[in-house]
Amino acid sequence: MPVATNTILMCAGGGCISSGEESCLQALQKAVEKYSLQEVVKVVETGCMGMCDAGPLMVIYPEGVYYQKLTPEDVEKIVSEHILKGRIVEEKLLDNPVSSLKTQNPYDDHPFFTRQVKIATRNMGIVDPMKIEEYIAHDGYFALQKALSMNPEEIIAELKESGLRGRGGAGFPTWLKWDLTRKVPGDEKYVLCNADEGDPGAFMDRSILEGDPHSILEAMAIAGYTIGASKGYVYIRAEYPLAIERLRAGIEQAKELGLFGENIMGSNFSFDLEIRMGAGAFVCGEETALIESIEGKRGQPRVKPPFPAQVGVWGKPTLNNNVETYANIPPILTKGAKWFSSIGTQTSKGTKVFCLAGKVKNTGLVEVPMGITLREVVYDIGGGIPNGKEFKAVQTGGPSGGCIPKEHLDTPIDYETLKELGTMMGSGGMIFMDEDTCMVDVAKYFLDFSVEESCGKCLPCREGNRVMLDMLEKITQGEGEDGDIEKLIELGKNIMDTSLCGLGQSSPQPVISTIRYFRDEYEAHIKEKRCPAKVCKPLIRYVIDPEKCVGCTACSRVCPVSAISGEVKKVHEIDSDVCTRCGSCIQVCRFGAISIVSP
Amino acid sequence: MAKIKSLDELMKIKEKAVKEIQMRDTEKKGKIIVAMGTCGIAAGAKETLQAVVNELEKNGINDVSVVQSGCMGLCDVEPTVEVIMEGSDPIIYGHVSPEQVSRIVDQHVKNGKVVSDLLVRKGEI
Repeated sequence: MPVATNTILMCAGGGCISSGEESCLQALQKAVEKYSLQEVVKVVETGCMGMCDAGPLMVIYPEGVYYQKLTPEDVEKIVSEHILKGRIVEEKLLDNPVSSLKTQNPYDDHPFFTRQVKIATRNMGIVDPMKIEEYIAHDGYFALQKALSMNPEEIIAELKESGLRGRGGAGFPTWLKWDLTRKVPGDEKYVLCNADEGDPGAFMDRSILEGDPHSILEAMAIAGYTIGASKGYVYIRAEYPLAIERLRAGIEQAKELGLFGENIMGSNFSFDLEIRMGAGAFVCGEETALIESIEGKRGQPRVKPPFPAQVGVWGKPTLNNNVETYANIPPILTKGAKWFSSIGTQTSKGTKVFCLAGKVKNTGLVEVPMGITLREVVYDIGGGIPNGKEFKAVQTGGPSGGCIPKEHLDTPIDYETLKELGTMMGSGGMIFMDEDTCMVDVAKYFLDFSVEESCGKCLPCREGNRVMLDMLEKITQGEGEDGDIEKLIELGKNIMDTSLCGLGQSSPQPVISTIRYFRDEYEAHIKEKRCPAKVCKPLIRYVIDPEKCVGCTACSRVCPVSAISGEVKKVHEIDSDVCTRCGSCIQVCRFGAISIVSP
Repeated sequence: MAKIKSLDELMKIKEKAVKEIQMRDTEKKGKIIVAMGTCGIAAGAKETLQAVVNELEKNGINDVSVVQSGCMGLCDVEPTVEVIMEGSDPIIYGHVSPEQVSRIVDQHVKNGKVVSDLLVRKGEI
């Protein structure tokens, strides 16, 4: 019997697909055919491997060699060199930041991988998400089997002991949610999975669904058994077609094996679910708006109480958890609550998946134990800030959260410490900012997002955020007045106190938090009409240093508004009244003669 | 596919799938490298490779990986097979026909004894 001697894992996560995984896969298949290796090479497409920045990625087993930034030509070379001749293709290996050598097996020696603890993302990048057998090989569906032999109280007790809290943002104890829904009388209940991930910079839910869909199916079935529901919904945005496709395939396969659907594993428990696609409204991530949307209504939040545990989908008791929360459930049952609660801090157990985005070297998806410091995430796992720039702040919790400046880099991350710092865990997006980022501009960006996404149901959020945004606009235009900062804080607090749902209750947070830590930047904009980071266009000017300019005319040729004048081999000049601050000239100047000034 | 009704049936699927996945596991006790350069293939390395895979399968050995390599410069004694077991020096065997493979697996891989009449070189090249 011919046996595959090399297994090649290609990362088919969203990040790698968009950087060209598909053409690499085709090249791989072609090369395998060309050298008649079909019988000794097995190609597997996996979910996200995490290091999205280095994509497309490929791992060759049994050696475990990790190749990065592939092109179809590289793949062809790797097949002919590595697979055929057994020679490692050095130039496509990852750099090892610790030893300055290349690393063959980054899982063993690259801090990006060694510092991670994988629970929710345990199978991502390892299993083929389209094959249920691979999930089963990694203990899949054993938790469901175990749950069916327990009674619901025991499952809830196990969850309680584990200390698992909701990973969608607020950190509500998961066991309590399950227990509340279970205790509400009624024979028709629903289990929901909130996969309406909408924060800019967050993609962990999509990656989990794409990379390991069965873990969510299994956990939802366990939840159904525990609370007494036989039907569930996954509410997922239609922009995630790959996640939807893999989830659908997963449901099919699990049903074929009797692990889903009617009479699961021969018991008298049945559980089925439906996929509901959302149109991508941020507010639908709020649980009551999500329920409205599932019912086919306009996505607007309901008044709480009654909570969904009492009155949820179709007016029935409903349990709603986030994707990542569900992904934690099967390992808790198979490995035990004690094991889970041994990881993390006093109040926050387990791990958290973070998406590293923005100004950081290793952008991608990581899962770290709660209590890890921000410094470790930025410098060890994230690899630091690119282009030799300095770390300025990180935004967590997306448009509902706030920023953390560098003074607090050594704070251990958990639900409580983030709250004390004036931000929140949120779904886990981390957007890094370097010294070239203007914090007023950042606050404006996030607030603009919330204004766009406000459903308009209640006044504080609909009108209040708009007024705040107008004020920020004024400040960045250089028209800010004394007292604006105080007005922003007061209005922000009012919006947070009086809004109906989580969106309004948190939307001023980015403004309040940037004022808290970077008040001097606001003051510079208002009083000195100066943007310290040189970002806000009305407050900056482009100037040419006459000592450095050689008159090569590159800048004047590229200027789209002809704001640059000067003759060949003579010093050029920029007319600030005409200049649109597009930055094209600075990019083409080879002499470093153009700089940005803010008075 | 038949529906799963018990833990045993789930376990069976797991065992089967684990076997397939183990092939890519890096936690192996040893490695057998078959040189598959032009010289090796001309001397019959394809059959030798197949024999190695079959012999491991037959003996239920799944913690030894089989790797192909290129020519190691010993074209004269092809097909060559290098056996690297954890904690001991790599051993290179020459003129390994499919029939000799079973001796290598039996004596060396299973019992740690070098098959001296096939030995070409001991230790790192």
